[in-house]
Amino acid sequence: MNSVDHFTALAQAYQLAGGDLAVLQSSQVARLVVSGNQVLETNEMPGVHMQADQMKDGVRVRLRVEPGTVLEQPIHLCFGVVPQEGRQVILSEYDIGEGARVEFVSHCSFPNAVDVLHLMEATVRVGAQAKMVYNEVHYHGPQGGVVTRPKTRASIGPGGHYQAGFRMVQGRIGELDIDFSADLDSGATAEFTTKAYGKGDDRIRVKEVVYLRGAESRGLTKTNIVVVDRAHTEVYTEMHGLAAGSRGHMECTEIVGGQAVARNVPVVLVSDENAKVTHEAAIGSVDRKQIETLMARGLAEDEAVDVVVQGLLR
Amino acid sequence: MLLKVEQVTLTLGDNKVLDRLSLQVPEGDIHSLLGVNGVGKSTLAGLLMGLNGLRPDAGQILLDGADITHSPVTERARRGLTLAWQSPVAFDGLTVRDYLSLSHRNARTDDHNVEEDLRRVGLSPDRYMDRLLDEHLSGGERRRIELAAVVAMRPRLAILDEPDSGIDFLSLDEIAGVIRYLSTQGAAVLLITHREEMALMASQSSLMCAGTILATGEPHAVTAYFRQHCDDCKRPNLPDLARIAHELR
Repeated sequence: MNSVDHFTALAQAYQLAGGDLAVLQSSQVARLVVSGNQVLETNEMPGVHMQADQMKDGVRVRLRVEPGTVLEQPIHLCFGVVPQEGRQVILSEYDIGEGARVEFVSHCSFPNAVDVLHLMEATVRVGAQAKMVYNEVHYHGPQGGVVTRPKTRASIGPGGHYQAGFRMVQGRIGELDIDFSADLDSGATAEFTTKAYGKGDDRIRVKEVVYLRGAESRGLTKTNIVVVDRAHTEVYTEMHGLAAGSRGHMECTEIVGGQAVARNVPVVLVSDENAKVTHEAAIGSVDRKQIETLMARGLAEDEAVDVVVQGLLR
Repeated sequence: MLLKVEQVTLTLGDNKVLDRLSLQVPEGDIHSLLGVNGVGKSTLAGLLMGLNGLRPDAGQILLDGADITHSPVTERARRGLTLAWQSPVAFDGLTVRDYLSLSHRNARTDDHNVEEDLRRVGLSPDRYMDRLLDEHLSGGERRRIELAAVVAMRPRLAILDEPDSGIDFLSLDEIAGVIRYLSTQGAAVLLITHREEMALMASQSSLMCAGTILATGEPHAVTAYFRQHCDDCKRPNLPDLARIAHELR
């Protein structure tokens, strides 16, 4: 397969995952497209600098946004492995300069995966008063042959804002092992939102840790996971209230069906008398009243379950 | 006759919740159902809709001549029967537009739009259509949206379980307007209510106590009896049958 074929196949998977093909063609959109260990395309915009170096089994990416840069359009990142087998390692560094405001949309596509390993290790630095929104959406094929291990270490400067969304609700997950953490300076805010839908023998492990190290910092983790068939999920969330006026909240909703198993372990640590951290968790089956409400509108039971589940994962 | 409930009995645990209950609602009619708390009104609504797997121990439920006593909820809905809950459930991730569109999907006609349905219950489409139908909406707002969903279905029979509950007095006119609209569109309405002014909209009223219909008649007579004897009932679910027979039958 040549690089044009790779690009076409990734673009198709990108579309299946809900992506708009126009953003992969527009000269006005900053983007990076990587298939396996091949960098297929980069497009920089004023104030946005990308460096992508090929490695043996992946790519090392350095992405720098100059201070004060405000982008109208999100930066699009497109990663994936097209063949049935492969290994893709993405080592990335994001530097968001002081006062910059930027959004990333990252699509990860493994449409044919039977035996694929996808490792992502990101170091994120969000400068003072800067804002970074990063949304990652996965599209996996029906085989469930992907092991996905995303790891992020983020540090958020004074007054900065970091918002990371991770969504894996289409196709089979395979094995997912998320490991995210954020370290917040004074007045900084961070928000992790994770949504996943496990089927068959899928395995999902989510670990999200927020250190509210600076005064008046704010943290939120929101995890919505649905597991059916024989899928398993374990969600570990930690919120450390370490400074005066810091506030954190963790919220986890898991729906189980069939022989699936869900576990949630929230850890709350507070070491300052003026900090406050809360958590709420709910694990159960799909709410019967929600299902019957939709059935009373004429939906079949399986359609009603799907509406409820997709709503939770939206 | 659109709805015929014949001698229905329902036992839950050791409790006979419905006892040889019979009720008839003609096509296009508004029929109000009065009764104090705990007499089985909402259970009857659930049984008619087939919720929670409720099926009678004895008796029959007919919708337009078809026996739906053991039909699943979806089949009843697709035959034109629906229910507006007293406490509508919230949905994560579902917008008001999604909910109304889903409700309209199995509508018996396609001659109206869901924005108009929302306007009809006193909510602005600009403000509400793209809002999530979650816990951020008040109970009153969710009840109105529930009514709009019922309208969107264009049902043959709508069971409205206390749609006026938690609605301020000034808004009662809007709720009444929706009920009249349903009726003008040919739908029958079984209206469960505690409010006399709402019950008087009906062409027939039934008084329910101890899991059965004690009397059906002209709404003024039934509501007057309800006001005098049931509102401040000292013997809930122990009806004075002789008095009822004398005053209502």
